[in-house]
Amino acid sequence: MNAPIVRLYLLVLVLFATLIYFSSKWAVFDAEELKDKTENRRALIAEQQIPRGTISTSDGVLLAESLPEGEGNKPVFVRRYPVDDPNTFGNPVGYSYVEVGRTGIELSENDLLSGEQNEFASIVDQLRDIPPEGADVTLTLDAAAQRLAVQQLSAAAAPGVGGSVVALDPETGAVKVMASIPGFDPNVIQNSETFSELSTDPAAPLVNRPTQSVYTPGSTMKVVTATAALDSGKFDTDTTLNADSGKQISGQPLANSGGTNFGTIDMTTALTNSVNTYWAQVGVELGTGTMVDYMKRFGMYADPKLNYPDGQMIASGVRNQAGDLVESDFDVGRVAIGQGGEEGQAAMTPLQMAEVAAAVANGGDLMKPNLLQSAQDPDGRTIDELDPDRASGVMSDETAQQVTEMMVNVTEEGTAAGLSVGGVSFAGKTGTAEIDVAAGINRPWFIGFAPADDPQVAVAAMIEQCQGCTGGEVAGPIATSVMQSLLEG
Amino acid sequence: MSARNRELFALIPVALLVVAGFTAVFIVQSDEIGDLSLIYGGYFVALCVAAHILLRIRLPDADPYIFPLVATLAAIGLIVIYRIDAELAVRQASLFLGGLVLFGATIVFLRDYHALERYRYLIAVGSIILLFSPFLLRNQVNGAYLQVNLGPLSFQPSEFAKIGIVVFLASYLAENREMLSVAARKFLGVTIPPLKHFGPLIVVWGAAMLMLFVVRDLGSSLMFFGAFLAVLYVATSRLSYVIAGFGLFLAGAAFLARRTPHVQDRVDIWLDPFGKNGPEGAGQIQQSLFAQADGGLFGTGLGESLLRFPGPFFPDSCKEGFPFCGSILPEPHTDFIYAVIVSELGLFGGAAVILIYALLVARGFKTALMVPDAFSKLLAVGLTTVLAFQAFVIIGGVTKVIPLTGVTLPFVSFGGTSVVANMILVALLLLVSNEARRPKPDRQPGDDLGALSP
Repeated sequence: MNAPIVRLYLLVLVLFATLIYFSSKWAVFDAEELKDKTENRRALIAEQQIPRGTISTSDGVLLAESLPEGEGNKPVFVRRYPVDDPNTFGNPVGYSYVEVGRTGIELSENDLLSGEQNEFASIVDQLRDIPPEGADVTLTLDAAAQRLAVQQLSAAAAPGVGGSVVALDPETGAVKVMASIPGFDPNVIQNSETFSELSTDPAAPLVNRPTQSVYTPGSTMKVVTATAALDSGKFDTDTTLNADSGKQISGQPLANSGGTNFGTIDMTTALTNSVNTYWAQVGVELGTGTMVDYMKRFGMYADPKLNYPDGQMIASGVRNQAGDLVESDFDVGRVAIGQGGEEGQAAMTPLQMAEVAAAVANGGDLMKPNLLQSAQDPDGRTIDELDPDRASGVMSDETAQQVTEMMVNVTEEGTAAGLSVGGVSFAGKTGTAEIDVAAGINRPWFIGFAPADDPQVAVAAMIEQCQGCTGGEVAGPIATSVMQSLLEG
Repeated sequence: MSARNRELFALIPVALLVVAGFTAVFIVQSDEIGDLSLIYGGYFVALCVAAHILLRIRLPDADPYIFPLVATLAAIGLIVIYRIDAELAVRQASLFLGGLVLFGATIVFLRDYHALERYRYLIAVGSIILLFSPFLLRNQVNGAYLQVNLGPLSFQPSEFAKIGIVVFLASYLAENREMLSVAARKFLGVTIPPLKHFGPLIVVWGAAMLMLFVVRDLGSSLMFFGAFLAVLYVATSRLSYVIAGFGLFLAGAAFLARRTPHVQDRVDIWLDPFGKNGPEGAGQIQQSLFAQADGGLFGTGLGESLLRFPGPFFPDSCKEGFPFCGSILPEPHTDFIYAVIVSELGLFGGAAVILIYALLVARGFKTALMVPDAFSKLLAVGLTTVLAFQAFVIIGGVTKVIPLTGVTLPFVSFGGTSVVANMILVALLLLVSNEARRPKPDRQPGDDLGALSP
């Protein structure tokens, strides 16, 4: 009976070896794959035990902090957004909760906030038995200007109507304001009912409009057209064209605002008075190739180069009715005035239009937009800092100068003549995109920068729709007061 | 060195392991657990020494490694349970005391274990009644009938029944093995022995199949069936019995799986634990694999892995308290204790536990090889195999080698029945071993070992 016993032992050894093989499969060989499974919430739960870094604005307002909750030696840190007006900062800050995940800056700066930015430091800390701790993040945002922007937007827009303001430092790309209405309070979002209510709300409060929504930009697009016209050398500021209302553009008559016949005018006059027929002819003359080339120089046809979650950014450009970007075969004359036809419409994010203003303001160089001013590790060392980086050279310095002069003219004697920025000379362009001509529903826009001779701030402001309004009346005052606040602040 | 002195020396690493393990857990969780609990580590070591002294007196020739290996497993179990919940470890230490009392009682009162042969039918009937008692009492837990609740106590009768069935099989086969080995007829290449001799075996086989259908637990059925086939194989040396028996078991299991939703679910989960529309309950094996994935080669360290839902994530509905609920890895102290070991002590920790079982099984089989008479041989094989298969079934379930079922990891898992029953099992093994290794200067020529070999 002894031989079967030995064979039986061999069988047991084979069975046990199988157990060790499978253990090594789960513990070592397939471990990474298992850790990446969506069903695996272990890392997410463990991360809640790390005090996540704070988020503050450049003017020192604390936007997000982590507070310990629960007893024992392993408390959980729960995110709080302690400002009095959390709705003002819900976008773009976003939220970070186990129940609903992460969005916004909470997501894009997660490595810093959760203390994962420095592998080496965390290994040393582990050896020293120091629990990991996240870095504190300071944003480029200016809380005072952001609050002003949201207040003004909310006052100007009807309930449930969205709007955006983006303000950039044209020299560094620092995002000073990124306002989106309607907002949301991230403090209550982990409640599943609240979350589903907010996600299905037709007013889309969870959408960060400055980066996530595209709109027809109306006449603010003429700054792009002017840049293409001058910088390509095909036009100069003195080029005259007949700009009567009703010019045939792509076989359809195009009207000027109020049906005004301007006669033969030069480019400066055409921008000052926002003459549709002049700019549409310029667009047709330049053609889709040159227009698309300059749109790309401004950063369109690609996601913004912003440190923000990919899923919350959308590329600007010309989009067809299916929503796809198109580079040819569209009504270039109407796109040149910020509208378009069935084959393609100008579709711009507010951030993109602020970048258009910033590129002109910065002598033709577009800087990468950036939300991160600096990050301090728990010991107070600065581990990350805004390092201004050129995104693209959009136009020559000379073109930038010429476009600036024309835009200053707009604010001095043109469609934005009633506006002021604390008495300093500033450049601007109004836009009034037509949403429903019959009902008189428009989408007011304003882009600009100040001071004109030494630009410190570039801005885009817009409201999704209002009845019988214009960019100069509605969006202009918002943009100028935000610029003034930033210049004075 | 005498066998008992070797045993005593082998207990030194066990004592060191307990001290080191308790200290490690205590340091990590010092603000949550009182230092009084450290005393229970010492209490455990003292119990081991007491058991050793008993063995020194009553079983001086028994295998010197079996008890220290069991103590090592119990120590690992106690440390991990201490890490899960200090109070639970105190209870486990008390259960271990209870186990040792029955261990001692078995050794003291069953001096001549051959007496068991006389009561084999009684033992068989008793074991089968025990096995079916949860079904008779309609006590269903998670779709299976494995538990009996007696007031505040609940116990798993299959843990005791497995010993009884092994005793019966060993005794019956020792007497009838030659008849079973003789070919009466052949059918499809399988030797069919005379029905008279095969009859009681068919009853056992039938009981195991019935159990599969009635108790509805693949794991414990596999454990019983494996032990049954192993003892049958050793007794008859006929592989055809094993193949036929195993084939029938698989056919029965497949049939059952199709008919019983709860068994079918287990199999489906096993085949695809991450299936999109998989049955409910896949979370258990998922969490087991996730916990092991966190372990890597060396583990997160004792007390460092994520087990209890922290702070506000702890479910309000959890009334029994952790670890009975509110654990990310369900049942960390019983069914899934191996996953906790891999998570915190890594692949090396898990492999070490399996290696200790392999060594223990080796000592059990060595005993079977050494002991002269057929009953003792088959008893040692049966007891060792049932232990080995039990470890395989639960570790295999936790590591997705086989469908997950609810048996305990012998000596390691928390649980009274398991500890007590397995201590009795080890006592029987040591009794056999004492006989196997007893010096026999006055051996008669007719006692030759070879006469018993087939």
